[in-house]
Amino acid sequence: MIRLALILLLCFTVAAHAVEPDEVLPDAAQESRARALTAELRCVVCQNESVDASNAPLAKDIRVLVRERIQAGDSDQEVRDYIVARYGEFVLLRPPLSANTILLWFGPVVLLAGGLALAYFYVRRLNRTPRVVTPLSAAEEDAVKRIIEGERS
Amino acid sequence: MSRWLSLVPLFLLLALAAYFAIGLSTDSRTIKSVLIDKPLPAFALPKFGHEGQTFGSDDLKGRVSLLNIFASWCITCRVEHPMLVKLTAEKRVAIYGLAWKDKPDELKAWLEELGNPYLAIADDAKGRTAIDLGVTGAPETYVIDKHGRIRFKQVGAIDEIVWRDALEPIVKRLEAEQ
Repeated sequence: MIRLALILLLCFTVAAHAVEPDEVLPDAAQESRARALTAELRCVVCQNESVDASNAPLAKDIRVLVRERIQAGDSDQEVRDYIVARYGEFVLLRPPLSANTILLWFGPVVLLAGGLALAYFYVRRLNRTPRVVTPLSAAEEDAVKRIIEGERS
Repeated sequence: MSRWLSLVPLFLLLALAAYFAIGLSTDSRTIKSVLIDKPLPAFALPKFGHEGQTFGSDDLKGRVSLLNIFASWCITCRVEHPMLVKLTAEKRVAIYGLAWKDKPDELKAWLEELGNPYLAIADDAKGRTAIDLGVTGAPETYVIDKHGRIRFKQVGAIDEIVWRDALEPIVKRLEAEQ
């Protein structure tokens, strides 16, 4: 029973975040905006972690900076632009739709559609090809007969 | 026609392979600076060791220079430092420093132990200027042209090879510019 409870408990854990108590904003709405924003910013030190989840000192600095911008009245987009102006679009974990990223966004769909189209035409052509069955010649019939009888004996 | 069509998947595969070959052979860990060819972000920080004075982006105009982001807590900076000392001793380029989130007494001890290759050091104790510069770690070094624009960013330590292959050609070219 206890074991089952432990297993269930482990199933419902959530990803750890690195926000320290002194970083948290007094205004809950602002704090949740900050959390949402930093969860989508890449930590530039440990690049596959978000700023929200990273323990790197630079990630902490950026968390504090994002909260300062929010308190100063920046909109979410303004905060994002502020960071992108310094580190580039690479830091956005959700890349924006632009000429550079169009392949990234639609490449898989295009590949899948292309593959389906190829498969469709290939199968259709197979079905259309008339199946001409040329009867065996007398010599071939003899050969088949011999093989079959040879196996029987 | 149909023979050509049957080769399409092969060409797609080859294109994808070429794409991955390029992707895998470039170092994705180094983030390209978005500030290349842009003016150095404006800053004015306390000038380390000169109480009451500031050192900032305006002081980096008028000559080709290196702005080296370093800190006494940074291990790789310790590895890099002798090379900077050498560059200054041989008067090969003007080097300025930006001490990133360092403590004054630790910075002082570090410079006393290893030597001070910097013409001036901006003390970025809060690390805000480093963020404005798009610093991702230490050491990083920006090559600044005569007009105070960032022209190149070196991520990681400068050694003899980095200097010879990457930095020196750029510094030479920028010095020839008007």
